[in-house]
Amino acid sequence: MSGGVTWTVYDVDKLTQKEVYGVVLCDLAKIHPEIVGLSADLAQSTKIGALGEKYPDRFFNVGIAEQNLFGVAAGMAKVGLIPFVSTFSAFASMRACEFLRTDICYQNLNCKIIATHGGTSFGPAGTTHHSTEDLSIVRAFANLTVIVPADAIETAKSVRACMEVKGPVYIRIGRGFEPRCYESEDYDFKIGKAVELSVGTDVTVIACGTPVQHAVQAAKILQQEDGLSVRVLNMHTIKPIDEAAILRAVQDTRRIVTFEDHNVIGGLGTAVADVIAASGKGCAFKKVGLPDEYAIVGYPEDIQNHYKIDTEGIVETVREIMGRDFERDEDWEDEV
Amino acid sequence: MAITEQEIGELKARAKKIRKDIVDVTGWAGGAHIGVALSMTDIMTILYFKYLSLDPKRPDWDDRDRFVLSKGHGGVGYAVVLANRGYFDPELLKEFNHSGSAFGMHLDGNKVLGVDASTGSLGHGLPMAVGMALGARVRKKAFRVYCLLGDGECNEGSIWEAAMAARHYNLNNLIGFIDRNHLMIDGLTEQIMRLEPFADKWTAFGWKVKTINGHDYAELAEAIDFAQTYREGPVMIIAETIKGKGVDFMENKVAWHYGGLSADLIETAKQSIERSSP
Ligand SMILES: Cc1ncc(C[n+]2csc(CCOP(=O)(O)OP(=O)(O)O)c2C)c(N)n1
Repeated sequence: MSGGVTWTVYDVDKLTQKEVYGVVLCDLAKIHPEIVGLSADLAQSTKIGALGEKYPDRFFNVGIAEQNLFGVAAGMAKVGLIPFVSTFSAFASMRACEFLRTDICYQNLNCKIIATHGGTSFGPAGTTHHSTEDLSIVRAFANLTVIVPADAIETAKSVRACMEVKGPVYIRIGRGFEPRCYESEDYDFKIGKAVELSVGTDVTVIACGTPVQHAVQAAKILQQEDGLSVRVLNMHTIKPIDEAAILRAVQDTRRIVTFEDHNVIGGLGTAVADVIAASGKGCAFKKVGLPDEYAIVGYPEDIQNHYKIDTEGIVETVREIMGRDFERDEDWEDEV
Repeated sequence: MAITEQEIGELKARAKKIRKDIVDVTGWAGGAHIGVALSMTDIMTILYFKYLSLDPKRPDWDDRDRFVLSKGHGGVGYAVVLANRGYFDPELLKEFNHSGSAFGMHLDGNKVLGVDASTGSLGHGLPMAVGMALGARVRKKAFRVYCLLGDGECNEGSIWEAAMAARHYNLNNLIGFIDRNHLMIDGLTEQIMRLEPFADKWTAFGWKVKTINGHDYAELAEAIDFAQTYREGPVMIIAETIKGKGVDFMENKVAWHYGGLSADLIETAKQSIERSSP
């Protein structure tokens, strides 16, 4: 818990991921006078505007100018402030890419980026507003912590926890219509530590963001219909990734599938694959996300269904990987 | 290509139809950038029904004029204009924004016939238009390039990088429009990020600037006629407009940047358009 904030996300049914973020941020701002907020004509869309309403002198709307947005935030961080910067994740990661990398990450500044409308959550808007490359891009930036909360409750926890990181943090959330995954705030959230949402020994499903709650549903179905024991890991922190949890999953289940609302190139799946490959252990593995193409236009739930990152798709992929063969190496002494 | 009173009458009637179609598509879509589209309707109508040299039967015709919607979130208006111009069956717009549709809020040039550039991320259109105008010169083509920008969009640095290049290369085959409705998403342009003195900025970047009423066909025609014959460099037509133009309850309301319409509101909106001028 940062700085004694005791606020909890009641009413979360009515609060979207974005709204929760605005509320928590105002709460943090009360006890951290060095917090300032910035946006680029998306104060309302991203809900960082809530900070501006409460603390007009600490909020800056720089107009539709994302490069300037990140440069200005870097300058503010340089002189001792803690800027929270919000825009759509497509623009945070791509339009302002080099400003984020060179001004903020390279200089290791204490800046928090809340990237909204992540993945295909703004589905009908089309490719310009889909953000299916951002994790791949920002994961490559040294010094940057990358978090993808599963729902509104986890967003609240992430926003508080990011204050404990002395350096840049990228938190990627949705458009605000995401279903909820957690019942309450009563669970252990630590940056860099996966949350085990379902205990299992036959296969491990690793997910981040919206697919997490689908994975939980899928695990129940697979238990009931196939008698499968499915471990579900909510890998909310993409970087630094929880290597130990992945290695345990390799050892215990020998089958891993990843699901993300993101291109399969360079995101969660790739991060997990890196750890598996380096372990040298045999493991049936598949990463599911958007293939190497621009996503179809549509409502997020339809897009997720199309690319098999919803409950149905997860059930289908897990069944498929259960039938796959691979070579085993039973010697774990040196790895875990 | 002076404009006649009769032409003006026809264009106004067309614009009314287009505005009503925009209302319909917004209804079918369950929400769209309606205020944005109504703001630019008259500019789009005069371009697509009087000035642009094109052939809807040959969308790939090499010598056609090019049009770039730099404010790509006007996609719903753009799609309706293209449908009315005969590029595709207007019925297809019943799928606007729907899952699996070719039509997202921001039009994809690889999926929608007649779209010369896929836009939606602000600040990209003018640079591409500069490239097209330069390309025409290299290929010794006579086509012109028209580009429509949002005023808030001009916050983007890339617009000014392109503005500099357009003048540097003296692109007299490039004609810009700014849909100067004074609104962006979070509020008034002058409150969020001041643009004024706006015309002076373009002038300082070397553009010839004409400021007109963007809903007045005679003024639009005069400005375009001027721009087509101006030889010294690029021309920017700053078109003073009203966001939501034609639907009284949407006019100048930032809340109607994007919105959905109930069946009742669709009727009210159409009645308002019927009563409105132009
Ligand atoms: C690079 C980029 N940043 C932000 C957005 C989100 N956005 C869409 S429309 C808009 C406001 C546009 O205002 P303006 O250019 O004045 O056009 P208007 O809607 O008033 O016609 C914003 C910020 C975007 N599409 N692209």
